Formats: sequence, structure tokens, C-alpha cells
Amino acid sequence: MPQLTYREAIRVGLEEALAANPETVIMGEDVGAYGGSYAVTKGFLEQYGEERIIDTPISESGFVGAGIGAAIAGMRPIVEIMTINFSLLAMDQIVNLAAKARYMSGGQMTVPLVIRTVSGGGNMLAATHSQSLEAWYARVPGIKVVTPSNPADALGLFRSAMADPNPVMYVEHSLLYGSRAEVPDEPYTVPIGSASVARPGTDVSIIAYLRMTPVALSAADILEAEGISAEVIDLRSLLPLDSGTIIDSVNRTNRAVVVEETWEFGGFAGEVIAQINERAFDSLDAPVLRVAGVNVPTPYSRPLELLTIPTAEAVADKVRSLFQA
Amino acid sequence: MSTQTDLTIPRAELLTLLRSMKLIRRFEERSAEHYARGNIGGFLHLYIGEEAVAVGVISLLREDDRIVTHYRDHGHALARGLDTAACMAELFGKATGVSGGKGGSMHFFDVSRGFMGGHAIVGGQMPLAVGLAFANRYRGQDSLVVCFLGDGAVNEGEFHESMNLASLWQLPVLFLLENNGFGMGTRVERASAQPVIHRLADRHNIRSRRVDNGQDVFDVREATQTAIDYIREGNGPYFLEIMTYRFRGHSMADPLEYRQQHEVEPWLDLDPIRLLTARLHESGLATPDEIDTIDADVEDEVNAAIRFALESPFPSPDELYTDVYA
Ligand SMILES: Cc1ncc(C[n+]2csc(CCOP(=O)(O)OP(=O)(O)O)c2C)c(N)n1
Repeated sequence: MPQLTYREAIRVGLEEALAANPETVIMGEDVGAYGGSYAVTKGFLEQYGEERIIDTPISESGFVGAGIGAAIAGMRPIVEIMTINFSLLAMDQIVNLAAKARYMSGGQMTVPLVIRTVSGGGNMLAATHSQSLEAWYARVPGIKVVTPSNPADALGLFRSAMADPNPVMYVEHSLLYGSRAEVPDEPYTVPIGSASVARPGTDVSIIAYLRMTPVALSAADILEAEGISAEVIDLRSLLPLDSGTIIDSVNRTNRAVVVEETWEFGGFAGEVIAQINERAFDSLDAPVLRVAGVNVPTPYSRPLELLTIPTAEAVADKVRSLFQA
Repeated sequence: MSTQTDLTIPRAELLTLLRSMKLIRRFEERSAEHYARGNIGGFLHLYIGEEAVAVGVISLLREDDRIVTHYRDHGHALARGLDTAACMAELFGKATGVSGGKGGSMHFFDVSRGFMGGHAIVGGQMPLAVGLAFANRYRGQDSLVVCFLGDGAVNEGEFHESMNLASLWQLPVLFLLENNGFGMGTRVERASAQPVIHRLADRHNIRSRRVDNGQDVFDVREATQTAIDYIREGNGPYFLEIMTYRFRGHSMADPLEYRQQHEVEPWLDLDPIRLLTARLHESGLATPDEIDTIDADVEDEVNAAIRFALESPFPSPDELYTDVYA
């Protein structure tokens, strides 16, 4: 099995999509001449030409909406929004058009569109450029939201997103691009709506997604040394959510901590906890807890920013608290 | 290009213009060094090459006028007289920074000087400028708002919405477009169906003008003064497009693969600081000694700013929770 970085895995997915369908185009800000602001599409313009690798003006509402329109017309476009922060300017098109066209037309329209974007903090980019907004989109029926945490899932989920007839928000994390791991050689997919057991364990389930998955895995390492066996569940998709895998894990471990990078209040962790309470209450030996981002706009200053994002140590601490009684 | 040095400007003021441009240049060259050393993080967008625009425009403003700008804001801040040390401390993420360390390079603020922020969402600063100008007009004040924006911003909906509102309501706002040829790696001609950007103002019934050589601080000032007079007379908004060039990459992370050195060279010859220095020499308005004194003085100021930034404390952890709400 080859070792690929997260960035390379996404590139493989993009190249497969371009090869598979001549009506697949990539459009977004600086995807061409600049090579993509995270260098994911570097060299594509030279290779595929400007008919298919399209540098758009800085017009998020316009070009995301145009991607939706092209998809409704039957093309299979891939739209890149440079970061999820800028998706706010396109939110109307995503929420009011992409998510509703199928339903509101009584099933006459489909929107086979992949929207790639980048989420997360930790880069000292301050409040407007450090947000994790994927959970907002994961509240909207009609779109799907996937959040790969490693190279193999990045490719497998990308393939599924391209094969899906619905609009899929494919959310990457800026701090994962350089991470490297094995990616299977054979053709495989990761179905949308399937969580994975990233690490098996018996004493507690730590449920995470995107960059919080590696954080949860580090926490599990710390805990192992203390004799606590933590299972790590990587959600991989937020919408649809694979609650089966979560419930199954909690039924075995009887304890759970949910980890989320961004604001705790009203967050995705709350949804996961509600589902556990509804469906696995009887197997719980302790309340389900969460570790999430601090409810403030992200500050620039490094020492302050570091306080806003969950760490492995904080996750381990929260898990320990479940065993003290 | 104006071939003559504007002799109506007092000599002391000419030297101030030169000093202000040099301060911006050295501030940024040194901040790039400290970025490389890891003392500054995040994005750092340098204004190097565009100094004549900020200095030319802002030197004509009154204290009660206000400035709204984008993330490439160091030049505007220093030209407005924000404390150099506090600006450097902001880049270092220190509690003594202009935004308390919470904003960083892209988000300088100093409301006491009418500096209403660097804003990092492209085009997002424009409605703010409209609102500030609305308040001026509502209160019958003749102060105005200058809204800096880049050529890339004109393709956002907020650009057109703001232009229309300002014109419809006849608000005292100067839209100051810094056309440096690129939005990140995308050339203006590849992003705008109307590449002569100031013509977009026609559509909104806003008077506009283009300054072909924004490297010449006198040209910038002449056009800006016309615009300011027009606005203060109560005629509503004005749109100035100033042609300039960013000598460096979009940010420190820019691999700069989208432009060739041979197209950059001619612009480097139009270095605004060298142009002004040469003119002051030629016209005998400044001796080499005087220029050296300015250089030494600027160097001291920037060194002191770096010392201050290094020695200042980081914000205390309590600061995380302050100012989320008033
Ligand atoms: C809404 C939004 N989209 C995209 C970006 C990313 N971005 C930051 S600066 C920039 C280019 C802006 O170019 P321009 O307005 O010409 O200003 P310049 O950088 O040349 O000064 C882009 C695309 C952003 N900050 N906000």
C-alpha cells in the first residue's frame, strides 16, 4: 500500500474524477494559476487546461450558485470554497438552493455537486479565518457533510461524494494536509454515513471527527499508559450520521466522551450526546461528557488561541473524570 | 505622471510624507524577518510597493475622518499615525498591541484615531464604511469615511450593494480602490469582465476617476484632494481607482508562480520611495544628509517597536473571555 499525504489523497480523487467524466470541472478562487491556496490543485491548470480548471473571481455566492446550476444541468462540477469561513457568503445558495432544489421541485431536480472546503483553527488566523462551521451545514436536510480525518478516508469519501447524486460538502482541515498514512491500492470507497472504529478499546468511547480524531487517538495513547482502554470512533460523516456505530461502541464500553474542535454551545457534540442518551442510556455507567472549543471568537495571540482548541491532555482529563467516583 | 514636485506643499510636510513611506517600508521588512523567525504567525500581507497610496490619501484626511480597510492594513495604520510599537506588538500577539493581541496582522484597530479596522473578509469592510458614513450624514457632520479595497473585492456582492447604498443615500464616503493588478494569483483581467474598474462606479451613479501612477505620491494627493472636496461639499460618494503594484507575494505563503520577474521589474523601477527621494534631491528640497537622518530616525523607531513587542507580555488567559460582549 502506498503512503500518501492527506493532500495527495485528495489530489488522487480529483484526478480520478477529472478522468472519469469530461463534464467534471473544478472551479474556485485561485485553484488554477496560484495552484490552490493549500496547493491541492497545484499543476492542474497546466495539465487539464483552463476550460476545466477555472479560476473564479472572488464571488462566492456567484460561483457556488453557478456550480449548483451546472450540476442541475447535469454536469458534475467540483466547487472549491477557499475556506469554510468564506462559505458564509455562499450560504444562501447552499442552504436555500442546493439543499432544497430536489425536494421543492417534487423530485424533478438533482444537484450532483461536490463542494470542497477547508475548516478549522490553529493557524493564528484570528476570528474571521479560524472557524469550523461544518456543523451548521450538518443541520440542513438535503445536503450531506463529510469530514475525513486521514488520507485513506479522504480518498474513499471523495469517491463516494463524486458518485452521490446529492450536494456534498466535503470538508478538509488545514492542519491535516501534511499528514501521511497508507492508502489502499485497490479501488475502494468509504460510504457516506459510515463512522469507523479508529482504535478499538473496551473502557470508554471517545467520539471525534476531522482534526479531533488524531487528538482523540493521542488521548487514547495517554490513557492506555494509565490502564484505561479507550475506543476512538471517527464520525467521518456528520450528515447522515452513523449513529449505529456510536451506539454499538457505547453499548460495549458503557462510557463516552465526545470531542469537537469548535464552540461547545449548540454544537455537534450535543447532537451525538442526545442520540446516546436516547438509544443507549441503559448501558451507561456515567454521564456522557464533551470536550469542545471555547465559546469565544478565536483570538490571534498564540497562547490564547491554544486555549480555545481541545488538546489530547484535555480529552484524557475528561475521560479520567468518568472513572473517579 | 506629474513631472514636477508639488511646491505648494511645505517642505516639512514633504519630508513627513517621505518619512511616513519609509516607516511603512522598514516596519514591513522587519516584520517579514520576524515572521521567518516565528515571532509573528498567521497571514502576513505586505504592502511594500504601495506606500504612496496610503500615505498620499491619508495625509489629506482630518482627524474626525474615518478609515476602513482590508487585511493588507499595516500601511494604512502607520500612515494614520497608529503607534508603531503597538502595531508591531499586535503582530507579535502581545497584550500591548493595537487590538490587544486578539486581531493580528489582518485586524488592526484604533478607534481613537478613526481607524475602524482591517477586515479580512474580502469586501466585508464596505457595508461598514457605508454605515459610518450614514451616521455622519444623519448627524449633519461633514467628516467623511475612506474605504480602502482591493481590485479583487469588486466582484463580491457586497461591493455592488455598498456602492448602490452609498449613492442612493448620497453618503460621504470615498471608495479607494488599490488596483495592484492581482487578487492573490488571479489577474484583474481574468476576474473582472470590466477590467477598467472605476467604470463600475458609473453603474451606480458614483463619480469616479483613475490615477494611472499610484507610485507618485503627488498624483495620488492631487486626485484625492479633488475627491475629498467633492464629498465635503455634500455631493455624495466618490470612487478613486489608484494603479499600483504589490512588490511581494500576496502573503508570506505565496509561491509567486503566477507572475514573471520581467513583468515585475518595471514596477520595481517605480518604487514610490525612490521616486520621491529623487524628486526631493533634484529640486534641492532635501539634502542627502537630511535623508540619512530620516533613515536613521525610522530605523530607531522600528528597532524600538521590535524591542517593545519582544518585551511586552502576552495577553493573560482571562483575556480570552473579555470583550465577547460589551
Ligand atoms: C470572502 C473572501 N473570499 C476569499 C478570501 C481569501 N482572500 C484573501 S485576500 C484575497 C485576494 C484579494 O485581492 P484584492 O482584493 O485585489 O486585494 P490585494 O490582496 O491585492 O490587496 C483572497 C481571495 C477572503 N479573505 N474573503
